[in-house]
Amino acid sequence: MSDELYDDLILDHYESPYHRGRLESASCEHTELNPLCGDRVQLQLQIDEERRIQQAYFEGEGCAISQAAASILCEHIEGRTLGEVEAFDARQMLDLLQVRLTATRQRCGLLGFKVLKTLAYAYDGTAGTSA
Amino acid sequence: MENIRSDFPILGRPLADGTPLVYLDSGSSAQKPQVVIDALVECYQTYYANAHRGVYQFGVQIDEALEGARERIAAMLGAAEVEEVVFTSGTTMSINLVAQAWARMVLEEGDEVLVNEMEHHANLVPWQQVVRQTGAVLKHIPLTDDGHLDLDQLQNCLGPRTKLIAVTGMSNVLGTINPIGRLVEAAATVGARVLVDGAQSVPHAAINVQDPAIDFLAFSGHKLYGPSGIGVLYGRRELLEMMDPFLCGGNMISEVGLTESTWADLPAKFEAGTLPVAEAIALGTAVDYVTDIGFEQIGRIERALLVEAQTRLQEIPDLVIHGPDVDHKGAIISFTDPRVHPHDMAELLKRKGVALRAGHHCAMPLHARLGVVATTRVSLAVYNTSADIDVLIEAIHYARKVLRRD
Ligand SMILES: Cc1ncc(COP(=O)(O)O)c(C=O)c1O
Repeated sequence: MSDELYDDLILDHYESPYHRGRLESASCEHTELNPLCGDRVQLQLQIDEERRIQQAYFEGEGCAISQAAASILCEHIEGRTLGEVEAFDARQMLDLLQVRLTATRQRCGLLGFKVLKTLAYAYDGTAGTSA
Repeated sequence: MENIRSDFPILGRPLADGTPLVYLDSGSSAQKPQVVIDALVECYQTYYANAHRGVYQFGVQIDEALEGARERIAAMLGAAEVEEVVFTSGTTMSINLVAQAWARMVLEEGDEVLVNEMEHHANLVPWQQVVRQTGAVLKHIPLTDDGHLDLDQLQNCLGPRTKLIAVTGMSNVLGTINPIGRLVEAAATVGARVLVDGAQSVPHAAINVQDPAIDFLAFSGHKLYGPSGIGVLYGRRELLEMMDPFLCGGNMISEVGLTESTWADLPAKFEAGTLPVAEAIALGTAVDYVTDIGFEQIGRIERALLVEAQTRLQEIPDLVIHGPDVDHKGAIISFTDPRVHPHDMAELLKRKGVALRAGHHCAMPLHARLGVVATTRVSLAVYNTSADIDVLIEAIHYARKVLRRD
């Protein structure tokens, strides 16, 4: 049986996440919490001189939506430049998940995305550009 | 039992998609019986006026209704005097009132306030704030692994500098019923005061504030089948008398000059501004409602439901129920499933009409102690039935099936 919210894409990523773990060579990392439900997502990115994301890893705990979304996000952004990441918007992130989320659940689905945005802008504002 | 349930009109209304409502979130807020709703409507429709001000007919009528409600609340609590019952907006305000109007005055640098790891943020953060303001120290009674206060550690936590023990009557997450009598005895040995957060305990069991003799009790109307926006602080007269007001303005004064004022008598000293007067009156009706059923009967009904729910939840493989066994707690069960996050659990239960809470339930330190970020909480009330538990259990199986794809 396939569920309208917990479909195979979400549950596959929840059960066997893409790049869940520590990335030793990370150029930057950041964590955000969803204080309402205790969901936590940390992203670690390895970024090269062309400002391209070579590797993306995540760690965290929380509901299937927040964790699957972080996994889907890591898979999606590898190989993309920070410029492309900056143009990537919330609508596109939600589209990647392929399920309809209520307003409350969008906060779960967008938690990793929020971390990514923070990282991308912070990276541009600091050592990132000159390194 | 069916007649109790039919007192609550909302429970008979199907949800938007036609599913019957299974309301298991009474620990968060209880639903209201028709008599409480009627009391609100009657007040607004037939005699509404501001309290304490009018000499006209409604002004007199509303004061009688308001003071009548206060008397019934005082009687329910076993208070020695009606003036010891102060209307507040709820538990949170009651505790903040004691923190700012009493503790802030009496605490000196190095004094101690004793709390514990299971408290709701409402009985934790106000103390964190007041110790910061006064240079006092916050100490914690640790918990045992099964969710009790570790009384073996109590002596180590108490000392001559302990000025207050603030403790919940019943945990809003674990359901643990705390041994208030023991704590009152222990407090007496060091001359400390005792504040009980009764938000969860008052709706479920009879209380007598004089036995064991506690100094302050806070509770909320909305968890006692009463309206939102109204609650109570009970305080021993001698303590309330020595305190300055918390909020200042109208009603709480005796005489106001341009530069100085004197305070009104109790309880008006702590009831500045216009009260939610209809809500206060309807809280009196809610008190009548529970005392008519009787706390013994309420206890019997809730205990039977608790035993049934906990037994059936325990039969579900891998489900972890946090906290004490049914003999040591009230009608609350919090659980985790190693493969279904509470947030997903609540989402899937919702589809079956089950309304309950997932999260940290305003008790983050407790969840840290339990080693989980969130739990799913079932909280039962007098209007729940075995049929509600049937739906709950079936819905949990459904949720596990969806998430485990089996
Ligand atoms: C134990 C406990 N204390 C305090 C509160 C706060 O009550 P209120 O929000 O009505 O002030 C609650 C309610 O959630 C509670 O369960």
